[in-house]
Amino acid sequence: MNILLPNPRYLLVGESALCVEFGDRIDPALHDRVLGLDHALALAPIPGILETVPTYRSLLIHFDPHCLTTEDLIAAIERREATALPATEKKSWRIPVCYEQPYAEDLSEVAELTGLSPETIITLHVQAIYRVYMYGFAPGFTFLGGLPEALAISRRQAPRAPAPAGSLTIAGGQALITSMAMPTGWYVLGRTPVRVFDLRRPNIFLTDIGDEIRFERIDAATFARLDARAASGDPLVTPL
Amino acid sequence: MRTTGEPSLQVLAALPGATIQDGGRFGHQRHGVTPAGPMDWAAFQTANLALGNKPGAAALEIGAGIELACLNAPLPLAFCGGAYEWRRDGHSLPSSARLVLQPGETLSCRPGPQASREFWGAWTYCAVAGGFATPPVMGSRATHTRSHLGGIDGRMLQKGDQLPAASNDAAILAVTREEGEIDATWLTPHRSPAPINLRVIPGPQDDYFSREMIERFYAGPFRLTPVMDRMAYRLEGPKIVHAKGYNIVSDGIAEGAIQIAGDQQPLVLMADHQPTGGYPKIAHVIRADLGHLAQARPGASLRFTSVTLTEAREALFALEAAILTTPRSIRPFYRPPTTESLSRVNLVDGVIDALS
Repeated sequence: MNILLPNPRYLLVGESALCVEFGDRIDPALHDRVLGLDHALALAPIPGILETVPTYRSLLIHFDPHCLTTEDLIAAIERREATALPATEKKSWRIPVCYEQPYAEDLSEVAELTGLSPETIITLHVQAIYRVYMYGFAPGFTFLGGLPEALAISRRQAPRAPAPAGSLTIAGGQALITSMAMPTGWYVLGRTPVRVFDLRRPNIFLTDIGDEIRFERIDAATFARLDARAASGDPLVTPL
Repeated sequence: MRTTGEPSLQVLAALPGATIQDGGRFGHQRHGVTPAGPMDWAAFQTANLALGNKPGAAALEIGAGIELACLNAPLPLAFCGGAYEWRRDGHSLPSSARLVLQPGETLSCRPGPQASREFWGAWTYCAVAGGFATPPVMGSRATHTRSHLGGIDGRMLQKGDQLPAASNDAAILAVTREEGEIDATWLTPHRSPAPINLRVIPGPQDDYFSREMIERFYAGPFRLTPVMDRMAYRLEGPKIVHAKGYNIVSDGIAEGAIQIAGDQQPLVLMADHQPTGGYPKIAHVIRADLGHLAQARPGASLRFTSVTLTEAREALFALEAAILTTPRSIRPFYRPPTTESLSRVNLVDGVIDALS
């Protein structure tokens, strides 16, 4: 075991789940440890584990209490943690984004909040390299880390009207790709024609947790063309 | 349009809160998919087992009231759960029963007087033999209305919906079974004025609260507010103040999580909880008691008691063992004997002998 890394904390989540917590921050190194354990459990499953939920800093393990006790699960994980963590396979994606109106609904609001020009905001957003940290809120809602500090604005006091699927939103120092229209406290900067959640595809969810994402700026005409293709089931993008 | 002669239920009228649920849409929480599934899993499984179904077969969850009609063929069904009044063609039935609905007959339910008098009985379940055959989405028929998945178009049921029953061996077997009341003692309603006691396991963020606040949490009692739905139940009671703030970096969420947000009041996350969230969770309601909590109505008094993992598991296994006795816990309805039924059980010879 790497002595520079503190031991994870095992936190009780009822009798049918266990939280393995590696820290309390948003940090790529912490996230790598979460994914390392997740990957180790996928490669050599512990009987009784039903599913795992990686987040920024912890892995939630749902299990069947008929097959496994919390105590035995902790012991099994500790044996695994003591061995070297296998590297996870991380894919890299280039996602097209249109920052023109009507897709960049809240761009001027973000300009007011940050004191930056709309063009600077777009440049900062499109040039950053993002990591998929977790999913949450609704199926396919992709939470990204890597947003430049200059764009770290707070959430809205009250939610705005629902933003359509494919919206690129920011708030609380994070970026998000949405998958369905829902009211949101975040700010909409652009829209992608890519469906990050599509029940018609074999890979219903586009990306895996840990993947790298870069954005590619497209104009409204390109958006319209790609959107029509995506509407008929084309994933539009493949991992690099 | 359905052209087969398979039995189905048609929704004649539905109040909000009626959905198709199965055991839940598991395996996709890492991608943000809420499992959904029944609010009171014990009542849900009981209804299914009364028909010989698998415990997680798709059934109807009712949160206010519904009126159904049977189409095409006789349909064995079973209902049980909260304090609802059921009627067949207007004639009163027990609140838990198994029966065979004939084509053209109607079945309706609405909350009984106990619902408002004793703040108990929020949900009831109606299973059909073989389960409902609505289209599965990601391996499950459970309805999650917020993400529009499962059931009928991912929404609550409404007038005109047709709910096909899967025809299979269970259906055929159940048709031959007698109608009767389900005597499910493990679903006993809460009738005492004392608070409903909910057993919990502390954690994962109980260290966000001082010892004094933890004691205050377990002293309670709390009252269930009208802000309650399939996603969460909001309670009010003594203020639980955080020692370390209330914003945490998001982590995973399980059903029964008791979250304390900025309003310093407990919010219990129920079947439609999001898979991840960012508020400290002081404890989790054990699985054996999730149904008791789900059946509480606004105004109900609730109290939490801390138990060990072993106690939680034993409570779960004991409840599951009780649910498995469902097929033996059905008391046939009394029906006046007819000449035909008497001759079938061969009483006639005996009667004649006694008279001669």
